[in-house]
Amino acid sequence: MRAGLLTLAALAAAPLVAPAVAAAQERVEVWHAYRGEEEEGLRAAAAAFMRASPDVRVRLVAQPFGAYASKLESAIPTGNGPDLFIDTHDRVASYVAASLIVAVEPADRAAFEARIEPAHRAALTIEGALRGYPLSVKAPALYVNTAFVAGEVEALEDLAALSLPSGVYPLVMEAQSAYWVSGLFGAYGAGLVDEDGGWGLGTDGATRALEQLRGLVEAGVIPRETDGALVARLFTAGRAASAISGPWLAPDLPPELRWRVQPLPIVRGAGGEPMRPYVTVEGAFVASRARAPDGARRFAEFLMLGEGALLRARRARQVVTDEAAWASLEDDAFLRGFRRAARQGRVTPTHPHMRMAYVPADRAIRKVLRGTFGAREALAEGGRRFDDVTRALPAPVEPAWGLLALGLLMLGAIALSIRRLREAPLRAAIKQSLPAYRYVAHAAIAVGLLVILPLVVGAATSFFAGRGTDMYFVGLANYADILSARGGDLFGNGSFWLVLLVTVLWTAANVGLHVVIGVALALLLYRPYLRLKGVYRVLLIIPWAVPNYVTALAWRGMFHFEYGAVNTILERLGLERVSWFASWVTAFGANVATNVWLGFPFMMVVTLGALTSIPKDVYEAAAVDGANAWQRFRHITLPLLGPFLAPAVAMGSVWTFNMFNVVYLVSGGEPDGGTEILVSEAYRWAFTRGNQYGYAAAYAVLIFVILVIGTRLTARAAEARA
Amino acid sequence: MSAERRRPGALLAELGVHALLLGAVAFALYPVLWVVALALSPGDAPEASILPIPTAPSLRHFEAVVTTTSSEGVWLFGRQLANSVITAVATSVTAIVIATPAAYALARFDFVGARSGTKALLASQMFPGVAAAIPLYLLLNALSLLDTRSGLVLVYATSAVPFAIFQLKSAFEGIPRDLEEAAMVDGATRFGAFVRVVLPAARPALAITALFAFMTAWNEFILAATFLSSEDMYTLPIVLQRYMGEYDAQWGAFAAGSILVSVPVMALFYALQRNLVGGLTSGGVKG
Repeated sequence: MRAGLLTLAALAAAPLVAPAVAAAQERVEVWHAYRGEEEEGLRAAAAAFMRASPDVRVRLVAQPFGAYASKLESAIPTGNGPDLFIDTHDRVASYVAASLIVAVEPADRAAFEARIEPAHRAALTIEGALRGYPLSVKAPALYVNTAFVAGEVEALEDLAALSLPSGVYPLVMEAQSAYWVSGLFGAYGAGLVDEDGGWGLGTDGATRALEQLRGLVEAGVIPRETDGALVARLFTAGRAASAISGPWLAPDLPPELRWRVQPLPIVRGAGGEPMRPYVTVEGAFVASRARAPDGARRFAEFLMLGEGALLRARRARQVVTDEAAWASLEDDAFLRGFRRAARQGRVTPTHPHMRMAYVPADRAIRKVLRGTFGAREALAEGGRRFDDVTRALPAPVEPAWGLLALGLLMLGAIALSIRRLREAPLRAAIKQSLPAYRYVAHAAIAVGLLVILPLVVGAATSFFAGRGTDMYFVGLANYADILSARGGDLFGNGSFWLVLLVTVLWTAANVGLHVVIGVALALLLYRPYLRLKGVYRVLLIIPWAVPNYVTALAWRGMFHFEYGAVNTILERLGLERVSWFASWVTAFGANVATNVWLGFPFMMVVTLGALTSIPKDVYEAAAVDGANAWQRFRHITLPLLGPFLAPAVAMGSVWTFNMFNVVYLVSGGEPDGGTEILVSEAYRWAFTRGNQYGYAAAYAVLIFVILVIGTRLTARAAEARA
Repeated sequence: MSAERRRPGALLAELGVHALLLGAVAFALYPVLWVVALALSPGDAPEASILPIPTAPSLRHFEAVVTTTSSEGVWLFGRQLANSVITAVATSVTAIVIATPAAYALARFDFVGARSGTKALLASQMFPGVAAAIPLYLLLNALSLLDTRSGLVLVYATSAVPFAIFQLKSAFEGIPRDLEEAAMVDGATRFGAFVRVVLPAARPALAITALFAFMTAWNEFILAATFLSSEDMYTLPIVLQRYMGEYDAQWGAFAAGSILVSVPVMALFYALQRNLVGGLTSGGVKG
């Protein structure tokens, strides 16, 4: 309440103060994706900066992480971007390639070189030029619960040997994720990519690392299927002797828990080498079309060295890159622990292929941990997947050919319409249609401009290739590539045809179940003397009212191996727990269950509406004729419902065919991309496989063509039957 | 029918129906209750149990979501809620205004381009939106409508129009022509008859179409996150996405925010449930 009043007071005071200083002020817009402590720390630093430099006004804008990179990509070139933004070093290469950022030169080069480690400077240096101001480093460290472990953990193998109370895991970490396993790979000298951007996990070392990880999971040293929330929960609850996590875990730890932070331990199996996780360097970058580049530089310098760095360390709990700041952080064991952890790690390669290596690596790790594949085999397959998404882009084609084809097509269309317009009957018909046009003109213009035109432009990008927004004309190469499964097995893993098959199955299973469940429930609800009808109806449409990205995530949680409600129920019933995302059938089933849950209310409501329009006397006549309930349903209700359900089924099929959220959020394509559908593949090409928008657009066009043909055929078949 | 009620075994059948419906309700509510439990739990992960009951219920996640402020100390949640409401309401009004006359024309007039227009509308529903985001961005940029509610409303409303036209077209087809013809005999113009006779008769379908357009805008995240770039312009789905970071997710706050986002839609569904049943299917049989 008090905060609210203060805000009101601030709002009231603002117009009085603002005009006086506004004239001389340079406004610097800063984008970031920080939350919690880090956001507060950045705010504190900005406030301190503005006190010191009253001629600059900093405006911080918090962006959602999920859309951050693609937003920068579209906003900066059009002049809508920030002046300065904070991001990680591994994206810098692609930002430089897309000319999103400018090279920078520290005001005091000597201080910069004396106070920032060479590795951190190098991380933000591309082609010999410094591209941003290094601010802080992030690396996983080992949290140790001191109730179970007194001293420093020396080796990973020592954790396995701890004698712990039952129910306490020696180590919790996200063992399914390549980022968190990178430390173990590093101990064996392996990384996700090699120096040239090739697959780095094809080595013997990587195989041995993964085998050791599998051993730890199978021995119960590390719990299965652990995500970040579970790591936090187990460690918070005192059910883990140690945890590999980042600084964000600390604020949520309860005061009664005794813990400390140390670097990741050594691995005896790897000859005593330390675990060397990937270290991310966060930097501030001046956008290429900044309106206030000078203010942006000054603020970035302030954040990087001196007071700004200290504020970020103290308030944002960041491991700052300014060496000089550490003199006054002597007694901060937490930050020192993370600093040591970062020093032991290695800076994530900046090669553009690096980001494309995570998904194939994650999938390989998961296959091995589930025991379905050997480590070497899975990593080799991961390598093939990686090579597939990083393959060389098609050669450019002379755009003249494309222009010529387009020109001929347009000429033909114009000639055809002129010829048709000359026909007298058509002209008469158009004249007669004029009154109708007054009703449809605005809809035609609005939809044409804002729906159809963007789709046509989007479809046109399918003739281009490139990573990011830097694209060139390739003609039909994307289509040829997709339809030939990129030269691989036509029904091999991830091929267009296999994914199409899965998508068709997915649509059929969902729509079939939607109709069966929806009609069944509607028939139950339609009974004339049913009590509580309204209550049931309201409760049954709730799945429809909650945003589907929320409930899809809830379903994903329910299918968790160890803590999911579904497995808890199975166990209570005396059945085995199921690793839902380990096999195709169960993962597909989990997706279908989620989507059926989301979609049945729509069919139920459509059917309820249809039932009200079936005349009652038909039933009475049938009852007189001695028809039983099933016969009445089969021969009266069903045929009468058909015409009502047909449009809903058609619409539902199109929606389900393109139901991206459920597949992406529930199974995420697991196992091994097998449950991906066409639209989620398109999304992956656009966003997790090096921003190949042209390739993704070709997928979108193919989806469109398939749906148009599919609906045509079913409509024809329905007409033929009627 | 009343004879059926007195039949022996009718009570048993009734109980069976209730048992089935209760089972379905449990299925429908269970995942949502997990979201509620997560929102009320102090931590960020639910307990491994069958019943979604938080062990130590607390409102701290709700408090955290509702009390967020900007770096200038401005209370954000209120503004963002207002943005969402304004955007969604404006979207549904705009979509209805655009779609209604067009749907009426398609239902009542036979004109050149009606068939190809309908096909284009249907086709637009089949094209995955993933390819359209960048062109739309450039278009809004050209119109100087980025980072405004109007730009978002324009995009949402037009994307809701095709489905709205289908809905309303079939609703209008279900209304007997005699109604407006009678009005026209009494001296009303075609448009007057449409406004005064046809629209009131199609009220349930209009309500449902408006609800769908509202939901399109209310739940949309990707375009909103791309087009909006100041926190005081954000809609609530962007706020929800802010709880998902690169390495960690604040599940508790995400769940609490989700519930706050869902409540208004649930209330609308509740208020419109009678229309929902009639409005979705009126005139399903094509003449």
